[in-house]
Amino acid sequence: MIRLIWFELIKTFTRWRTYIGFMAFGIIVPMVVIGLKLGGQNSFKRSLLSLLQNDFIIGGNVLNGWFFGFFFMGALWVHVPIVLTIVAGDQIAGEGNAGTFRFLLTHSVSRIRIITAKFIVTLIYTAVMVLFIGGLTIGLSLWAFGGGDLLVIRKGILVIQETRLPYLFLMAYGLATLAMFVVSSLCFLFSAFTDNSIGPIIATMAVIIVSIIIITLPFELFQAVRPYLFVNYFDAWQKVFDDPVPWNIIRRDITILAGFMVAFFLTAVVYFSRKDILS
Amino acid sequence: MTDIILRTINLTKRYKNRLAVDHLNIEVRQGEIFGFLGPNGAGKSTTIRMILRLIFPTEGDVEIFGASLKEAGHRALERVGAVVEKPAFYGHLSALRNMEILGGLQKPVSRRKIMKYLERVELADRAGDPVKTYSHGMNQRLGLALILLKEPQLIILDEPTTGLDPQGMKEVRELILELSRERGVTVLLSSHLLYEVEMIATRMAIIHHGRLRVEGSVNDLLKKGPSGVLIKADRPAEAIQFLKTNESYRSARIHSDGGINIELDQDSIPELNRQLVNAGFNIKALVPQRSLETYFLNLIEGHEGADNP
Repeated sequence: MIRLIWFELIKTFTRWRTYIGFMAFGIIVPMVVIGLKLGGQNSFKRSLLSLLQNDFIIGGNVLNGWFFGFFFMGALWVHVPIVLTIVAGDQIAGEGNAGTFRFLLTHSVSRIRIITAKFIVTLIYTAVMVLFIGGLTIGLSLWAFGGGDLLVIRKGILVIQETRLPYLFLMAYGLATLAMFVVSSLCFLFSAFTDNSIGPIIATMAVIIVSIIIITLPFELFQAVRPYLFVNYFDAWQKVFDDPVPWNIIRRDITILAGFMVAFFLTAVVYFSRKDILS
Repeated sequence: MTDIILRTINLTKRYKNRLAVDHLNIEVRQGEIFGFLGPNGAGKSTTIRMILRLIFPTEGDVEIFGASLKEAGHRALERVGAVVEKPAFYGHLSALRNMEILGGLQKPVSRRKIMKYLERVELADRAGDPVKTYSHGMNQRLGLALILLKEPQLIILDEPTTGLDPQGMKEVRELILELSRERGVTVLLSSHLLYEVEMIATRMAIIHHGRLRVEGSVNDLLKKGPSGVLIKADRPAEAIQFLKTNESYRSARIHSDGGINIELDQDSIPELNRQLVNAGFNIKALVPQRSLETYFLNLIEGHEGADNP
């Protein structure tokens, strides 16, 4: 199995499309940080701090690297799925489209092992991408704006001491990675249904966009559907910044996200195991 | 103890209303080159894909080395090497890397072994180049190298010479013959090219509209059809008159391309040549007519009528 995973890693990480996401965020994040440094930071000062200064005495470096790291996570989680689907959508469909299944599946290796190796590599790519974005945003933000306590405005205003922040951000990235695993798993499943890797990308993004619309609109019918949509649990990472940390809710979110991921993968396995390879 | 390496048992594939393969029963025996013949769309590729578990049968089963494909699953393919239609590789990777990946799925393969087989198909000097830079012929050769790497006992080739130039086709045929003669490998060769099968196969089956039309040794099937010869001579009209004076050559007639066609046993061709030369005719060519081709066409056309009343 390790050899199969290694082969899939070679196939995935030697293609240039794998690096599109890294390049995109590698350009966008430094650009935003430079923009903030060159004056963009002032708009935060004006809109956020001036509002708070009416009720609070604010001292120290509040608009610091941790603050912007938190801001980036909140702003980018909708965009990350796009780059993840570029790779996840190609994992099975790409082989079908290229015709390489005609060699790959005519050896004495089970389809389940092959698809499992592909899935593991998809998850590895997802984790690497999320951690790359996380490391880049926090690293650059801290370098540009320095450290300090984190001001979190969610359910009220919370100030978290800097000593706790590395640990909390690590947990937040872990939860964000799990949420993105679900996106990749869904795209992987769609990839099993087709021989065209564009289809899974579009289908996954369509599901995410429609789901976000549903959970955002305050209609009663939509709110009833909300618990059954995986995007409803995408903000699990933000909950580690609450006080007290709602561990029970986080544990529930982890279970539900993991459940979605496993369900998507198993559906892909069942379907692909009996799929006729016609390409 | 049976010498049957591959057997299809009532193998059937139905796509909605279309029956692609209809209760097909063929047997491939140890050490033979088995030609699997049929016109385009006859069901050859579907059958081969079912044998290789790329497509799942609607009905029936396949036995490979005595193991049921239904029961043994992918394990039944352990001693099988195959190229299905046009070989496809990871274009962004080198031939060497492709061989490592596709040849090393079951167990790791050494680079030395890979290079040995790349040399065998004359691709060693391009081993490091991305496969997307390869020509179609080079891809075909790489596909064969991949099969050789596996050292299989049964090789399944689906239209292996499609798209190759005459030299490439010849090389593939020679390689198949070499594998069969020197290593005792059994070969199932699917083709729509009759002469290709006729040249190298020992036994063959013809399918049409998904159904088996005939199965037997190539020699036996050759005897079934009328044989003949096409003569290219100067003064064909006079040559015909001369030939018709002989009872054995009564069937002589002018062919559409200006030659003379005679139904004749292949062994009688030298005597015919001698008589024409002695009578003062200049013989430019004597082309044995493929009896198998005639037989094949008669068979297909006959069934065409039967299938489509």
